[in-house]
Amino acid sequence: MKTLLTTLVLAAYITHANADETYVAVAANFAAPAHKIAAEFEKRTGHKAIIATGATGKFYAQIVNGAPFDILLSADDETPAKLEKEAQSVTGKRFTYAIGKLVLWSPKPAIVDANGDVLKRGGFDHLSIANPKVAPYGAAAVETLKALGAYEVVQPKLVVGENIAQTHQFVATGNALLGFVALSQVLKDGKIEGSSWIVPEKLYSPIRQDAVLLNKGKDNKAAAAFLEFLRSNKTAKDIILSYGYSL
Amino acid sequence: MNFTPQDWSAIRLTLELASLTTLLLILFGTPVAWWLSRTTSRTKPLFVSLVAMPLVLPPSVIGFYLLVFMGPNGPLGQLMDQLGIGRLPFSFGGLLLASCIYSLPFVVQPLQNAFEAIDERMYEAAATLRASPLDRFFTVAVPLAKPGFLTAAVLGFAHTVGEFGVVLMIGGNIPDKTRVVSVQIYDYVEALEYSEAHRLAALMLVFSFIVLFLLYTLNPTKKKAPAA
Repeated sequence: MKTLLTTLVLAAYITHANADETYVAVAANFAAPAHKIAAEFEKRTGHKAIIATGATGKFYAQIVNGAPFDILLSADDETPAKLEKEAQSVTGKRFTYAIGKLVLWSPKPAIVDANGDVLKRGGFDHLSIANPKVAPYGAAAVETLKALGAYEVVQPKLVVGENIAQTHQFVATGNALLGFVALSQVLKDGKIEGSSWIVPEKLYSPIRQDAVLLNKGKDNKAAAAFLEFLRSNKTAKDIILSYGYSL
Repeated sequence: MNFTPQDWSAIRLTLELASLTTLLLILFGTPVAWWLSRTTSRTKPLFVSLVAMPLVLPPSVIGFYLLVFMGPNGPLGQLMDQLGIGRLPFSFGGLLLASCIYSLPFVVQPLQNAFEAIDERMYEAAATLRASPLDRFFTVAVPLAKPGFLTAAVLGFAHTVGEFGVVLMIGGNIPDKTRVVSVQIYDYVEALEYSEAHRLAALMLVFSFIVLFLLYTLNPTKKKAPAA
Protein backbone atom coordinates (compact mmCIF):
# COMPACT_ATOMS: atom_id res chain seq x y z
CA MET A 1 0.00 0.00 0.00
CA LYS A 2 2.75 2.34 0.97
CA THR A 3 4.63 1.58 -2.23
CA LEU A 4 1.50 2.19 -4.28
CA LEU A 5 0.98 5.54 -2.62
CA THR A 6 4.59 6.52 -3.15
CA THR A 7 4.34 5.51 -6.80
CA LEU A 8 1.17 7.56 -7.25
CA VAL A 9 2.66 10.62 -5.60
CA LEU A 10 5.82 10.19 -7.62
CA ALA A 11 3.83 9.74 -10.83
CA ALA A 12 1.81 12.84 -10.10
CA TYR A 13 4.97 14.75 -9.39
CA ILE A 14 6.63 13.63 -12.61
CA THR A 15 3.59 14.45 -14.71
CA HIS A 16 3.48 17.84 -13.10
CA ALA A 17 7.17 18.42 -13.60
CA ASN A 18 6.89 17.66 -17.31
CA ALA A 19 3.69 19.59 -17.92
CA ASP A 20 4.35 23.28 -18.34
CA GLU A 21 2.12 26.21 -19.06
CA THR A 22 2.60 28.78 -21.74
CA TYR A 23 0.79 32.06 -22.28
CA VAL A 24 -0.01 32.76 -25.91
CA ALA A 25 -1.23 36.13 -27.21
CA VAL A 26 -3.37 35.51 -30.29
CA ALA A 27 -4.66 37.95 -32.91
CA ALA A 28 -8.46 38.18 -32.88
CA ASN A 29 -8.90 36.61 -36.34
CA PHE A 30 -7.11 33.43 -35.22
CA ALA A 31 -9.01 33.03 -31.94
CA ALA A 32 -11.16 30.06 -32.91
CA PRO A 33 -8.42 27.89 -34.50
CA ALA A 34 -6.03 28.81 -31.67
CA HIS A 35 -8.40 27.39 -29.06
CA LYS A 36 -8.80 24.17 -31.06
CA ILE A 37 -5.06 23.83 -31.57
CA ALA A 38 -4.42 24.46 -27.87
CA ALA A 39 -6.85 21.68 -26.95
CA GLU A 40 -5.12 19.22 -29.32
CA PHE A 41 -1.73 20.37 -28.04
CA GLU A 42 -2.71 19.69 -24.45
CA LYS A 43 -4.12 16.26 -25.35
CA ARG A 44 -0.90 15.20 -27.05
CA THR A 45 1.84 16.77 -24.96
CA GLY A 46 0.27 17.39 -21.54
CA HIS A 47 1.45 20.98 -21.74
CA LYS A 48 -1.12 23.71 -21.39
CA ALA A 49 -1.34 26.66 -23.77
CA ILE A 50 -3.37 29.53 -22.30
CA ILE A 51 -4.82 31.70 -25.04
CA ALA A 52 -5.44 35.45 -24.77
CA THR A 53 -7.04 37.08 -27.82
CA GLY A 54 -7.05 40.71 -28.91
CA ALA A 55 -5.69 43.26 -31.32
CA THR A 56 -2.09 42.81 -32.42
CA GLY A 57 -1.22 46.47 -31.84
CA LYS A 58 -2.49 46.31 -28.27
CA PHE A 59 -0.47 43.15 -27.63
CA TYR A 60 2.62 44.91 -28.94
CA ALA A 61 2.19 47.75 -26.45
CA GLN A 62 1.59 45.25 -23.64
CA ILE A 63 4.59 43.08 -24.54
CA VAL A 64 6.93 46.05 -24.72
CA ASN A 65 5.66 47.01 -21.28
CA GLY A 66 6.33 43.63 -19.74
CA ALA A 67 3.18 41.57 -20.36
CA PRO A 68 3.63 37.92 -19.32
CA PHE A 69 3.26 36.36 -22.78
CA ASP A 70 5.61 33.68 -24.10
CA ILE A 71 4.37 33.68 -27.67
CA LEU A 72 2.66 36.11 -30.02
CA LEU A 73 0.57 34.82 -32.90
CA SER A 74 0.32 38.08 -34.77
CA ALA A 75 -2.17 39.17 -37.43
CA ASP A 76 0.70 40.49 -39.54
CA ASP A 77 4.40 39.99 -40.19
CA GLU A 78 5.45 43.54 -39.30
CA THR A 79 4.80 43.39 -35.57
CA PRO A 80 6.88 40.22 -35.01
CA ALA A 81 9.69 41.69 -37.12
CA LYS A 82 9.55 44.87 -35.05
CA LEU A 83 9.65 42.89 -31.80
CA GLU A 84 12.68 40.97 -33.01
CA LYS A 85 14.43 44.16 -34.08
CA GLU A 86 13.78 45.67 -30.67
CA ALA A 87 15.17 42.58 -28.93
CA GLN A 88 11.81 41.74 -27.36
CA SER A 89 11.80 38.29 -28.90
CA VAL A 90 14.14 35.38 -29.53
CA THR A 91 16.00 35.77 -32.84
CA GLY A 92 15.42 33.16 -35.52
CA LYS A 93 12.19 31.81 -34.02
CA ARG A 94 9.88 33.71 -36.34
CA PHE A 95 7.74 31.92 -38.95
CA THR A 96 4.51 32.34 -40.90
CA TYR A 97 1.88 30.11 -39.31
CA ALA A 98 -1.01 31.10 -41.58
CA ILE A 99 -1.87 33.32 -44.52
CA GLY A 100 -5.15 35.09 -43.97
CA LYS A 101 -7.92 35.52 -46.51
CA LEU A 102 -10.25 38.47 -46.81
CA VAL A 103 -13.96 38.05 -47.46
CA LEU A 104 -16.77 40.52 -48.11
CA TRP A 105 -19.66 39.19 -46.09
CA SER A 106 -23.27 39.82 -45.19
CA PRO A 107 -25.34 37.51 -42.97
CA LYS A 108 -28.27 38.18 -45.32
CA PRO A 109 -28.64 36.20 -48.55
CA ALA A 110 -28.35 37.87 -51.98
CA ILE A 111 -26.61 41.00 -50.72
CA VAL A 112 -23.06 40.22 -51.77
CA ASP A 113 -22.64 38.91 -55.34
CA ALA A 114 -19.90 36.67 -56.67
CA ASN A 115 -17.83 39.57 -58.03
CA GLY A 116 -18.23 42.10 -55.26
CA ASP A 117 -20.12 44.44 -57.61
CA VAL A 118 -22.31 45.44 -54.68
CA LEU A 119 -19.50 47.78 -53.62
CA LYS A 120 -19.95 49.90 -56.72
CA ARG A 121 -23.70 49.41 -56.97
CA GLY A 122 -24.34 50.64 -53.44
CA GLY A 123 -27.69 50.11 -51.75
CA PHE A 124 -26.26 49.95 -48.23
CA ASP A 125 -25.80 52.50 -45.46
CA HIS A 126 -22.73 51.10 -43.77
CA LEU A 127 -19.76 49.01 -44.82
CA SER A 128 -17.77 47.66 -41.89
CA ILE A 129 -13.98 47.37 -42.08
CA ALA A 130 -11.25 46.95 -39.49
CA ASN A 131 -9.11 49.99 -38.71
CA PRO A 132 -6.67 50.04 -41.66
CA LYS A 133 -4.09 51.86 -39.58
CA VAL A 134 -3.69 49.00 -37.14
CA ALA A 135 -5.40 45.88 -38.48
CA PRO A 136 -3.93 43.97 -41.46
CA TYR A 137 -7.42 42.88 -42.58
CA GLY A 138 -8.46 46.53 -42.55
CA ALA A 139 -5.47 47.53 -44.65
CA ALA A 140 -6.28 44.68 -47.06
CA ALA A 141 -9.88 45.89 -47.27
CA VAL A 142 -8.78 49.41 -48.20
CA GLU A 143 -6.33 48.00 -50.77
CA THR A 144 -9.15 45.97 -52.30
CA LEU A 145 -11.52 48.94 -52.43
CA LYS A 146 -8.84 51.06 -54.10
CA ALA A 147 -8.01 48.31 -56.60
CA LEU A 148 -11.70 48.15 -57.54
CA GLY A 149 -11.90 51.94 -57.80
CA ALA A 150 -14.68 51.92 -55.22
CA TYR A 151 -12.89 53.54 -52.29
CA GLU A 152 -14.03 57.13 -52.94
CA VAL A 153 -17.65 56.03 -53.33
CA VAL A 154 -17.87 53.96 -50.17
CA GLN A 155 -15.68 56.08 -47.90
CA PRO A 156 -18.59 58.03 -46.35
CA LYS A 157 -20.24 54.70 -45.53
CA LEU A 158 -17.30 53.12 -43.76
CA VAL A 159 -17.66 52.14 -40.13
CA VAL A 160 -14.45 51.07 -38.48
CA GLY A 161 -14.00 48.30 -35.92
CA GLU A 162 -10.99 48.50 -33.64
CA ASN A 163 -10.11 44.94 -34.57
CA ILE A 164 -11.48 42.27 -36.87
CA ALA A 165 -13.69 40.81 -34.11
CA GLN A 166 -15.53 44.10 -33.65
CA THR A 167 -15.76 44.53 -37.42
CA HIS A 168 -17.50 41.16 -37.60
CA GLN A 169 -19.77 42.15 -34.69
CA PHE A 170 -21.01 45.28 -36.52
CA VAL A 171 -22.08 43.08 -39.45
CA ALA A 172 -23.39 40.15 -37.40
CA THR A 173 -25.71 42.41 -35.38
CA GLY A 174 -27.04 43.86 -38.65
CA ASN A 175 -25.93 47.38 -37.88
CA ALA A 176 -23.76 47.33 -40.99
CA LEU A 177 -25.29 45.42 -43.91
CA LEU A 178 -21.94 44.07 -45.02
CA GLY A 179 -18.27 44.19 -44.19
CA PHE A 180 -14.76 42.97 -44.92
CA VAL A 181 -13.92 40.28 -42.38
CA ALA A 182 -11.52 37.37 -42.07
CA LEU A 183 -12.60 34.20 -43.84
CA SER A 184 -11.77 32.32 -40.64
CA GLN A 185 -14.55 34.17 -38.83
CA VAL A 186 -17.38 33.15 -41.15
CA LEU A 187 -16.30 29.76 -42.50
CA LYS A 188 -18.17 27.00 -40.62
CA ASP A 189 -17.74 23.42 -41.82
CA GLY A 190 -16.67 24.60 -45.25
CA LYS A 191 -19.72 26.83 -45.69
CA ILE A 192 -20.47 30.52 -45.22
CA GLU A 193 -23.91 31.66 -44.06
CA GLY A 194 -25.60 34.55 -45.84
CA SER A 195 -23.85 35.90 -48.91
CA SER A 196 -20.17 36.45 -49.45
CA TRP A 197 -17.36 37.13 -51.88
CA ILE A 198 -13.94 35.71 -51.16
CA VAL A 199 -11.73 38.53 -52.36
CA PRO A 200 -9.26 37.37 -55.07
CA GLU A 201 -5.75 37.44 -53.68
CA LYS A 202 -4.47 39.62 -56.50
CA LEU A 203 -6.45 42.56 -55.12
CA TYR A 204 -4.49 42.87 -51.86
CA SER A 205 -1.05 42.05 -50.54
CA PRO A 206 -0.93 38.70 -48.73
CA ILE A 207 -1.81 38.79 -45.04
CA ARG A 208 1.13 36.88 -43.65
CA GLN A 209 0.53 36.05 -40.02
CA ASP A 210 3.74 35.41 -38.15
CA ALA A 211 4.43 33.69 -34.85
CA VAL A 212 7.25 34.73 -32.60
CA LEU A 213 8.82 33.44 -29.39
CA LEU A 214 9.03 36.30 -26.90
CA ASN A 215 11.83 36.80 -24.38
CA LYS A 216 9.59 35.67 -21.52
CA GLY A 217 9.18 32.28 -23.18
CA LYS A 218 12.82 31.72 -23.97
CA ASP A 219 13.32 28.88 -21.46
CA ASN A 220 9.72 27.68 -21.37
CA LYS A 221 9.50 24.08 -22.59
CA ALA A 222 5.78 24.35 -23.29
CA ALA A 223 6.30 27.47 -25.39
CA ALA A 224 8.90 25.77 -27.57
CA ALA A 225 6.68 22.71 -27.88
CA PHE A 226 3.65 24.81 -28.85
CA LEU A 227 5.54 26.60 -31.62
CA GLU A 228 6.83 23.29 -32.91
CA PHE A 229 3.30 21.84 -32.80
CA LEU A 230 1.89 24.84 -34.64
CA ARG A 231 4.59 24.72 -37.30
CA SER A 232 4.76 21.03 -38.11
CA ASN A 233 1.96 18.98 -36.59
CA LYS A 234 -0.46 17.65 -39.21
CA THR A 235 -3.55 18.09 -37.02
CA ALA A 236 -2.61 21.68 -36.28
CA LYS A 237 -2.13 22.35 -39.98
CA ASP A 238 -5.47 20.76 -40.81
CA ILE A 239 -7.19 22.97 -38.25
CA ILE A 240 -5.57 26.07 -39.77
CA LEU A 241 -6.61 25.04 -43.29
CA SER A 242 -10.15 24.22 -42.18
CA TYR A 243 -10.63 27.87 -41.19
CA GLY A 244 -9.83 29.01 -44.69
CA TYR A 245 -6.24 30.08 -44.18
CA SER A 246 -3.54 28.96 -46.57
CA LEU A 247 -0.09 27.88 -45.51
CA MET B 1 0.66 71.75 -28.68
CA ASN B 2 0.37 70.95 -32.38
CA PHE B 3 -2.93 69.24 -32.79
CA THR B 4 -3.76 67.82 -36.19
CA PRO B 5 -7.07 68.73 -37.88
CA GLN B 6 -8.34 65.28 -36.86
CA ASP B 7 -7.46 66.04 -33.25
CA TRP B 8 -9.36 69.33 -33.39
CA SER B 9 -12.31 67.59 -34.95
CA ALA B 10 -12.29 65.02 -32.13
CA ILE B 11 -12.01 67.75 -29.51
CA ARG B 12 -14.89 69.74 -31.01
CA LEU B 13 -17.03 66.63 -31.29
CA THR B 14 -16.31 65.65 -27.69
CA LEU B 15 -17.26 69.11 -26.40
CA GLU B 16 -20.47 69.09 -28.47
CA LEU B 17 -21.40 65.66 -27.19
CA ALA B 18 -20.66 66.52 -23.56
CA SER B 19 -22.52 69.86 -23.69
CA LEU B 20 -25.62 68.42 -25.31
CA THR B 21 -25.63 65.42 -22.99
CA THR B 22 -25.37 67.67 -19.93
CA LEU B 23 -28.15 69.93 -21.21
CA LEU B 24 -30.50 67.03 -21.91
CA LEU B 25 -29.72 65.33 -18.60
CA ILE B 26 -30.34 68.51 -16.56
CA LEU B 27 -33.58 69.03 -18.46
CA PHE B 28 -34.91 65.51 -18.03
CA GLY B 29 -32.95 64.50 -14.94
CA THR B 30 -34.25 67.35 -12.77
CA PRO B 31 -37.89 66.21 -12.72
CA VAL B 32 -36.71 62.64 -12.08
CA ALA B 33 -34.47 63.74 -9.21
CA TRP B 34 -37.23 65.94 -7.83
CA TRP B 35 -39.74 63.11 -7.90
CA LEU B 36 -37.25 60.71 -6.31
CA SER B 37 -36.52 63.21 -3.53
CA ARG B 38 -40.21 63.80 -2.73
CA THR B 39 -41.85 60.47 -3.31
CA THR B 40 -42.99 58.16 -0.54
CA SER B 41 -43.96 55.50 -3.06
CA ARG B 42 -42.86 51.95 -2.39
CA THR B 43 -41.52 51.78 -5.95
CA LYS B 44 -38.82 54.32 -5.09
CA PRO B 45 -36.01 51.75 -4.56
CA LEU B 46 -36.81 50.34 -8.00
CA PHE B 47 -36.24 53.68 -9.71
CA VAL B 48 -33.25 54.62 -7.56
CA SER B 49 -31.66 51.31 -8.57
CA LEU B 50 -32.42 51.84 -12.26
CA VAL B 51 -30.85 55.30 -12.18
CA ALA B 52 -27.73 53.93 -10.48
CA MET B 53 -27.29 50.98 -12.89
CA PRO B 54 -24.82 52.69 -15.26
CA LEU B 55 -22.51 53.21 -12.27
CA VAL B 56 -21.94 49.50 -11.85
CA LEU B 57 -22.48 48.11 -15.34
CA PRO B 58 -19.33 47.65 -17.44
CA PRO B 59 -19.34 49.78 -20.61
CA SER B 60 -19.14 46.56 -22.62
CA VAL B 61 -22.59 45.54 -21.32
CA ILE B 62 -24.14 48.94 -22.05
CA GLY B 63 -22.43 49.08 -25.45
CA PHE B 64 -23.42 45.57 -26.42
CA TYR B 65 -27.08 45.97 -25.46
CA LEU B 66 -27.33 49.37 -27.14
CA LEU B 67 -25.84 47.90 -30.32
CA VAL B 68 -28.43 45.11 -30.30
CA PHE B 69 -31.28 47.35 -29.10
CA MET B 70 -30.63 50.04 -31.72
CA GLY B 71 -29.82 47.55 -34.50
CA PRO B 72 -32.23 46.57 -37.29
CA ASN B 73 -33.56 43.64 -35.25
CA GLY B 74 -33.82 45.59 -31.99
CA PRO B 75 -36.99 47.32 -30.79
CA LEU B 76 -35.55 50.83 -31.00
CA GLY B 77 -34.01 50.13 -34.41
CA GLN B 78 -37.36 48.93 -35.73
CA LEU B 79 -39.16 51.93 -34.28
CA MET B 80 -36.65 54.28 -35.93
CA ASP B 81 -37.14 52.42 -39.23
CA GLN B 82 -40.91 52.82 -39.02
CA LEU B 83 -40.56 56.51 -38.25
CA GLY B 84 -38.10 56.75 -41.13
CA ILE B 85 -35.51 58.60 -39.06
CA GLY B 86 -32.59 56.32 -39.73
CA ARG B 87 -30.74 54.12 -37.29
CA LEU B 88 -28.71 55.26 -34.32
CA PRO B 89 -25.49 53.22 -34.28
CA PHE B 90 -22.56 54.97 -35.97
CA SER B 91 -24.30 58.36 -35.63
CA PHE B 92 -23.97 61.38 -33.36
CA GLY B 93 -27.55 60.85 -32.21
CA GLY B 94 -26.68 57.33 -31.12
CA LEU B 95 -23.71 58.58 -29.11
CA LEU B 96 -25.92 61.22 -27.52
CA LEU B 97 -28.47 58.63 -26.40
CA ALA B 98 -25.71 56.35 -25.11
CA SER B 99 -24.05 59.21 -23.23
CA CYS B 100 -27.34 60.20 -21.61
CA ILE B 101 -27.75 56.66 -20.29
CA TYR B 102 -24.10 56.36 -19.30
CA SER B 103 -23.94 59.70 -17.43
CA LEU B 104 -27.46 59.61 -15.99
CA PRO B 105 -26.53 58.82 -12.36
CA PHE B 106 -23.84 61.51 -12.34
CA VAL B 107 -26.55 64.12 -12.91
CA VAL B 108 -29.56 62.68 -11.14
CA GLN B 109 -27.85 61.65 -7.90
CA PRO B 110 -26.32 65.06 -6.97
CA LEU B 111 -29.64 66.73 -7.80
CA GLN B 112 -31.62 64.24 -5.74
CA ASN B 113 -29.23 64.67 -2.81
CA ALA B 114 -29.49 68.44 -3.05
CA PHE B 115 -33.30 68.36 -3.11
CA GLU B 116 -33.39 65.94 -0.19
CA ALA B 117 -31.10 68.19 1.86
CA ILE B 118 -33.58 71.06 1.74
CA ASP B 119 -35.43 71.57 5.01
CA GLU B 120 -39.05 70.48 4.68
CA ARG B 121 -40.16 73.57 6.62
CA MET B 122 -39.04 75.78 3.73
CA TYR B 123 -41.71 74.22 1.51
CA GLU B 124 -44.29 74.48 4.26
CA ALA B 125 -43.51 78.14 4.80
CA ALA B 126 -43.82 78.74 1.07
CA ALA B 127 -47.09 76.82 1.00
CA THR B 128 -48.59 78.96 3.78
CA LEU B 129 -47.74 81.94 1.57
CA ARG B 130 -49.91 80.28 -1.08
CA ALA B 131 -47.09 79.26 -3.37
CA SER B 132 -48.26 76.56 -5.79
CA PRO B 133 -46.19 73.34 -5.97
CA LEU B 134 -44.63 74.52 -9.23
CA ASP B 135 -43.95 77.91 -7.70
CA ARG B 136 -42.34 76.24 -4.69
CA PHE B 137 -40.13 74.18 -6.97
CA PHE B 138 -38.80 77.17 -8.91
CA THR B 139 -38.57 79.73 -6.09
CA VAL B 140 -37.50 77.49 -3.20
CA ALA B 141 -36.05 74.19 -4.39
CA VAL B 142 -34.05 75.32 -7.41
CA PRO B 143 -32.21 78.24 -5.71
CA LEU B 144 -31.46 76.15 -2.63
CA ALA B 145 -30.23 73.25 -4.74
CA LYS B 146 -27.86 75.43 -6.76
CA PRO B 147 -24.70 73.64 -5.58
CA GLY B 148 -26.36 70.37 -6.59
CA PHE B 149 -26.98 71.72 -10.09
CA LEU B 150 -23.37 72.80 -10.37
CA THR B 151 -22.09 69.40 -9.27
CA ALA B 152 -24.54 67.60 -11.56
CA ALA B 153 -23.60 69.68 -14.60
CA VAL B 154 -19.85 69.41 -14.03
CA LEU B 155 -19.88 65.68 -13.33
CA GLY B 156 -22.26 64.96 -16.23
CA PHE B 157 -20.06 66.93 -18.59
CA ALA B 158 -16.74 65.52 -17.37
CA HIS B 159 -18.00 61.95 -17.27
CA THR B 160 -19.21 62.21 -20.87
CA VAL B 161 -15.84 63.60 -21.95
CA GLY B 162 -14.26 60.59 -20.24
CA GLU B 163 -16.54 58.08 -21.95
CA PHE B 164 -14.75 55.42 -23.98
CA GLY B 165 -16.00 51.85 -23.94
CA VAL B 166 -19.56 52.54 -25.00
CA VAL B 167 -18.51 54.91 -27.78
CA LEU B 168 -16.03 52.37 -29.05
CA MET B 169 -18.72 49.71 -29.23
CA ILE B 170 -21.45 51.68 -31.01
CA GLY B 171 -19.53 54.53 -32.68
CA GLY B 172 -17.74 52.90 -35.58
CA ASN B 173 -14.88 55.41 -35.27
CA ILE B 174 -16.12 57.85 -37.95
CA PRO B 175 -14.24 61.18 -38.22
CA ASP B 176 -16.42 64.22 -37.41
CA LYS B 177 -19.31 62.00 -36.36
CA THR B 178 -18.30 59.52 -33.69
CA ARG B 179 -14.53 59.73 -33.23
CA VAL B 180 -14.24 61.46 -29.88
CA VAL B 181 -10.99 62.31 -28.08
CA SER B 182 -10.80 59.11 -26.04
CA VAL B 183 -11.18 56.97 -29.18
CA GLN B 184 -8.65 59.10 -31.06
CA ILE B 185 -6.14 58.49 -28.26
CA TYR B 186 -6.84 54.76 -28.37
CA ASP B 187 -6.24 54.82 -32.14
CA TYR B 188 -2.88 56.50 -31.68
CA VAL B 189 -1.83 54.00 -29.02
CA GLU B 190 -2.91 51.07 -31.18
CA ALA B 191 -0.97 52.46 -34.14
CA LEU B 192 2.10 52.86 -31.88
CA GLU B 193 2.02 56.64 -32.45
CA TYR B 194 2.84 57.33 -28.85
CA SER B 195 3.88 60.99 -29.13
CA GLU B 196 0.56 61.88 -30.80
CA ALA B 197 -1.23 59.92 -28.08
CA HIS B 198 0.68 61.79 -25.38
CA ARG B 199 -0.43 65.20 -26.66
CA LEU B 200 -4.13 64.39 -26.43
CA ALA B 201 -3.76 62.29 -23.29
CA ALA B 202 -1.99 65.14 -21.52
CA LEU B 203 -4.81 67.46 -22.56
CA MET B 204 -7.35 65.10 -21.00
CA LEU B 205 -5.31 64.86 -17.83
CA VAL B 206 -5.09 68.63 -17.43
CA PHE B 207 -8.74 69.10 -18.36
CA SER B 208 -9.96 66.55 -15.82
CA PHE B 209 -7.91 68.06 -13.05
CA ILE B 210 -9.00 71.63 -13.77
CA VAL B 211 -12.66 70.67 -13.94
CA LEU B 212 -12.59 68.82 -10.65
CA PHE B 213 -10.45 71.48 -8.99
CA LEU B 214 -12.92 74.19 -10.03
CA LEU B 215 -15.81 72.11 -8.82
CA TYR B 216 -14.36 71.55 -5.37
CA THR B 217 -13.17 75.16 -5.10
CA LEU B 218 -16.49 76.72 -6.09
CA ASN B 219 -18.52 74.11 -4.33
CA PRO B 220 -16.72 73.00 -1.17
CA THR B 221 -18.37 70.05 0.51
CA LYS B 222 -19.73 71.17 3.82
CA LYS B 223 -19.67 68.68 6.61
CA LYS B 224 -23.42 68.36 6.62
CA ALA B 225 -23.89 68.25 2.86
CA PRO B 226 -24.42 64.81 1.38
CA ALA B 227 -21.67 63.48 -0.80
CA ALA B 228 -22.28 63.88 -4.49
